[in-house]
Amino acid sequence: MLYFIIQQMMYFSIPLLIVALGGLFSERSGVVNIALEGIMVIGAFSGIYFINQTQGALPGQPVLLLAILVAAAAGMLISLLHAYAAINMKADQVISGTAINIFAPAFVIFVARMLQGVQQIPFVNQFRINSVPVLGDIPVIGPLLFQNTYITTYIGVGILVISWLVLYKTRFGLRLRACGEHPQAADSVGINVYKMRYAGVLISGALAGIGGLVFVIPTSTNFNATVSGYGFLALAVLIFGQWKPWRIAGAALFFGFMKTLSAVYSGIPFLVGLGIPSNIYKMIPYVATLILLAFTGKTSCAPKAEGIPYDKGSR
Amino acid sequence: MSEYVIEMCDIVKEFPGIIANDHITLQLKKGEIHALLGENGAGKSTLMSVLFGMYQPEHGVIKKDGQEVKIKDPNDANRLGIGMVHQHFKLVHNFTVLENIILGVETVKGGLLKMDDARKRVVELSEQYGLSVDPDAIIEDITVGMQQRVEILKMLYRENEILIFDEPTAVLTPQEIEELMKIMKNLAKEGKSILFITHKLNEIKAAADRCTVLRKGKYIGTIDVAPASKEEMSEMMVGRKVSLQVEKSDAACGEKVLEVEGLSVHSKVGGKHLVKDVTFNVRRGEIVCVAGIDGNGQTELVQAITGLMKIDAGKVVLKGEDITNAHIRKRNTSGLGHIPEDRHKHGLVLDYPLAYNMVLQRYFEPQFCNHGFLKFDEIYRYSDALIEKFDVRSGQGSDTIVRSMSGGNQQKAIVAREIDRNPDLLIAVQPTRGLDVGAIEYIHKQLVKERDEGRGILLVSLELDEVMNLSDRILVMYEGEIVAELDPKTVTVQELGLYMAGSGKKEA
Repeated sequence: MLYFIIQQMMYFSIPLLIVALGGLFSERSGVVNIALEGIMVIGAFSGIYFINQTQGALPGQPVLLLAILVAAAAGMLISLLHAYAAINMKADQVISGTAINIFAPAFVIFVARMLQGVQQIPFVNQFRINSVPVLGDIPVIGPLLFQNTYITTYIGVGILVISWLVLYKTRFGLRLRACGEHPQAADSVGINVYKMRYAGVLISGALAGIGGLVFVIPTSTNFNATVSGYGFLALAVLIFGQWKPWRIAGAALFFGFMKTLSAVYSGIPFLVGLGIPSNIYKMIPYVATLILLAFTGKTSCAPKAEGIPYDKGSR
Repeated sequence: MSEYVIEMCDIVKEFPGIIANDHITLQLKKGEIHALLGENGAGKSTLMSVLFGMYQPEHGVIKKDGQEVKIKDPNDANRLGIGMVHQHFKLVHNFTVLENIILGVETVKGGLLKMDDARKRVVELSEQYGLSVDPDAIIEDITVGMQQRVEILKMLYRENEILIFDEPTAVLTPQEIEELMKIMKNLAKEGKSILFITHKLNEIKAAADRCTVLRKGKYIGTIDVAPASKEEMSEMMVGRKVSLQVEKSDAACGEKVLEVEGLSVHSKVGGKHLVKDVTFNVRRGEIVCVAGIDGNGQTELVQAITGLMKIDAGKVVLKGEDITNAHIRKRNTSGLGHIPEDRHKHGLVLDYPLAYNMVLQRYFEPQFCNHGFLKFDEIYRYSDALIEKFDVRSGQGSDTIVRSMSGGNQQKAIVAREIDRNPDLLIAVQPTRGLDVGAIEYIHKQLVKERDEGRGILLVSLELDEVMNLSDRILVMYEGEIVAELDPKTVTVQELGLYMAGSGKKEA
């Protein structure tokens, strides 16, 4: 049972983690990215449609890997809009993000109907790995982490480690963070703030696109123009994680656990025995989000220049 | 090879409605400390921004070692060895000192940052110039003076030869200023050339070799500092004789306008007494000065009187009326004028035009308001009149966004607004902080004039000169208490200093 919960938890936590890390790159560069939800939708749509078209012609895992690249590219493309509005046009970043959130589902429904008549895009889930060779046979850890899993889980963990490395150990990361905290300081030492912010938003788009695909694959057999508010949940994870990669990972696991609890409670006799209506369980992750944000909002350490368009002229 | 490391010849820089630099020439010798002197708005910062590549001049050339160069952005300036300490430091608050120093010129190995070499060099430089900076401290944890040294290290780390300091002393304590002067002299001795923007004559006398004076965007002259007197320099700067001494007659005191009795304010954290059982009064026709070292409760005392802070015990009486718990507007309309300590926080709405700021406490009066609708014509007419009367200079008159104005003119706008309301009691907190000689003289004269017209004035100042020159009575605050009441005619600056440091308390 525990194994099952952990495996389930990964299905929810990993996309949250990837998308929240995407948000991290954007926000650390100084651009609020509330468009994560919309970018996820676009990423999931592109990736799933790619799978839908190529499935059968290619074996499972390579299709998934290629689909991930497609989702990332689509996410970057749509985030380019946000970057252009927020950085070049100095638009209100919340508004341009919201515009993308409204645009994305409508757009994918429209395109899906154009392409195949119905808006649902079906796919066959042939990506599950029953047991990773060798590692899956390790007692306890094997069933916990290396059975009934997806390659995307390990990609997610990889992205986490790489994100941390990039942000804190490379020149790019140092400059990116400087742009989010004090762009004037970065500019004064010859860093191109606009370029760094573009980089931040584009990375964010790529990761959110991947996150959208990763969210849909284990939990469904078709894509129906929605990622059920996971983009916003990822924003909550980002804030709860205080804009730091490892804390974001912790937050993503926590939310994933809450979500799993609401999804699998019917299989846990003790919880069923309490006789609480199922709707209450379904509310858990969202209520937990509200409560946690209310408490952590105060000690927020958001990047200082976040949300403020950079204007070379202002003092 | 030219005698000068940097020459700026005949520079012209225009902004909409204003010529900030009108044919200005500046020549910097190697290894000298060269002061750039001028009032607020004289064009000093603009000139330096041109040199640092942040603005492009309309006319004129810049030469480095006799060779003409084009400086299109700060990177170009950097390549030519020009570094700048901005007035507002360009430091990332949650980065370490080391990270701030290397930002933009990081060394990398295999894609990862390589901090060890950088750390070694920073420590070396810090020792060489006596800066004693800890490379691993976080910026927001260190003092302003230390942050400034980080900025200096930033320039040294980039091997800059020409160092520009934009009003470096404005944010420092007297001790830190002394340290900075020492550091600057050290740097010059090591062959660095220093350009030093200021309007403080004392500092020029203390540190600079030569001095170029600007006035209203025009080049006035370049002089050797040693033989020049402060009076001569201030005359060059302002364009007329300036008396550094305030002329005033004896006070003719009338009735009490302000009575403060047993006033106490507790700290919100820890419950410490910030102001402790303070009792005093201010009468019409006198300037009462609250002297003290910064942070001894003056801010809280004033905020308690003006209503910005809640009082824990005691009474405030204005013209015989108890205003201890009155609203701020009630206090304002019953004859209290306040020139606040922090003009950006409590004095002005920075992103409003000047006209709106001029009526901040009066917009609801029938003169400016008709059944809830503002009378903009009237507001602008009034604002124009104030600008004219008090000589507030700005780019676009009443329409100027206040944020874009110089500090001196922002302060003048506040002074104009407060004085024109004809308050019976005028509270002025550090009214001349950060201002140049001309503006200081002007504000001092206004305060004395108000006094002579029978208003009570409560002045809070950290500057001993100002305290001694202006006041009719001195109250010394130390750790939230009034420890002495002194007569400026009989007390010496040294005695006053002792009281401020708290040592007068035991003898009394």
